[in-house]
Amino acid sequence: MNPLEILAQYWPRLLDGTLMTIKLTLLGALIAALVSPAFALIRVHASPMAQAPLRLYVSFMRGTPILAQLFLIYYGSGQFRPLLQDWGLWTFFRDPFNCALLAFALNSTAYQTEILRGGILGVARGEIEAAKAIGMSRFTALRRVVFPHAYRIAWPALGNEVILLMKASALASVVTVFDVMGRTRQVFSKTFDFSVYLWAALIYLCITAVFVLLWRQAERRLSRHIGARHQAPATVQPLKETRA
Amino acid sequence: MTPPDIILKAEDIHKSFGSVEVLKGISLAARNHDVISILGSSGSGKSTFLRCLNFLETPTSGKVTVHGEEILVKNGKPQNARHIEAIRARLGMVFQQFNLWTHRTVLENVMEGPIQVKGEPKAEARSKAEAFLKRVGLEERMHMYPSQLSGGQQQRVAIARALAMEPDAILFDEPTSALDPELVGEVLKVMQDLAAEGRTMIVVTHEMGFAREVSSEVVFLHEGRIAEQGPPGEMFTNPKTEEFRRFIAKAM
Repeated sequence: MNPLEILAQYWPRLLDGTLMTIKLTLLGALIAALVSPAFALIRVHASPMAQAPLRLYVSFMRGTPILAQLFLIYYGSGQFRPLLQDWGLWTFFRDPFNCALLAFALNSTAYQTEILRGGILGVARGEIEAAKAIGMSRFTALRRVVFPHAYRIAWPALGNEVILLMKASALASVVTVFDVMGRTRQVFSKTFDFSVYLWAALIYLCITAVFVLLWRQAERRLSRHIGARHQAPATVQPLKETRA
Repeated sequence: MTPPDIILKAEDIHKSFGSVEVLKGISLAARNHDVISILGSSGSGKSTFLRCLNFLETPTSGKVTVHGEEILVKNGKPQNARHIEAIRARLGMVFQQFNLWTHRTVLENVMEGPIQVKGEPKAEARSKAEAFLKRVGLEERMHMYPSQLSGGQQQRVAIARALAMEPDAILFDEPTSALDPELVGEVLKVMQDLAAEGRTMIVVTHEMGFAREVSSEVVFLHEGRIAEQGPPGEMFTNPKTEEFRRFIAKAM
């Protein structure tokens, strides 16, 4: 079969896999994005003792292969099946999708925590002082000053992390999740035509390209105040300056 | 008891960094409409003292009273820390490095405090912010970002931001020290206008002209203590301490 015939015949499966890959990646990244701000704050502000468990978690997640983490959760949960059944958690771990999602969320949380920590440390101290001095509560200062800056600083690295996660999500196919790679292997085992792998590669490339475009658009919005410096605004007339 | 027209009172403020005692017991009271200039050579503790007034630095011990809200500090621990935010909202602060929020426009910078801290409705905060920006001569730049303004303009926005909170007093921490010489005047002019309309101000400064002409009281700090204090006319013409004599001789 030529590559186009493969596509014509199997595109519904590949599309199905594409949606699964996107779902797995976005859900994983989103869960991590919800948890990581709190973790990042702990990493920045808590005492070394208090953040020891978090550091252990982060170095485990960053220091071991994501495939190993996936296996630990997928096969590990099988080992503890009676216990998990007692706790009512077995229905969760029985589904390979959930195991993969949990592994990716845990992994991405570790990375996003560290990325965001760097972002928070990069916020100008003076602006935080100004927030305090005007009477903002800690929470308000975080919401209005610290995190807007931290995310702008961390944005490119966070985008990178999501792309890496998207590619790592191909590992989910190993535990029978039918994402792009899972579907591709399925098709290959029927046709023994390697061209289906080319289509898979192209699909990953397209997902990444679209994502990069969207991310860059968002970055531009976040960076308006920086870009502004370089373009003289045409609408403003020369000013009469007050001088003493 | 605090007499009613005393707006801000600091009593016996001590501050140590590690084993170094920077402030060795400073007391100061500002009445309504006072303009107090705090002078002193670098390392005299003047900025640290100012920052102790709104607890950007926590004193090691002492007491700060603003508008009846009292915070007593013992062993570096404020006794009623809940009041700190309330005190800060009543004291405006203008920094040496302006410290505008660079991700917000000029107008948003000025509206931020009233909306987020005082809970004012947006429309009201906006019309007030516009009025304050007009006061400092920057209403035409209100939709620009801080990075598009000169240092002097940024500092004037910072003053408008402090005014928008309608504070009882405004603290100035060397407001002109980071400015190019030709931009100092526009900021001093605004400060002079504020003094003239009766704002209560506490100003840490190196501007002898301002201290002498504008302020109602001058405080000279030396090695963490008040070495001399009084009305500027008297102090500048007739310095009592050797330290202050040397200080003005160097500065003039």
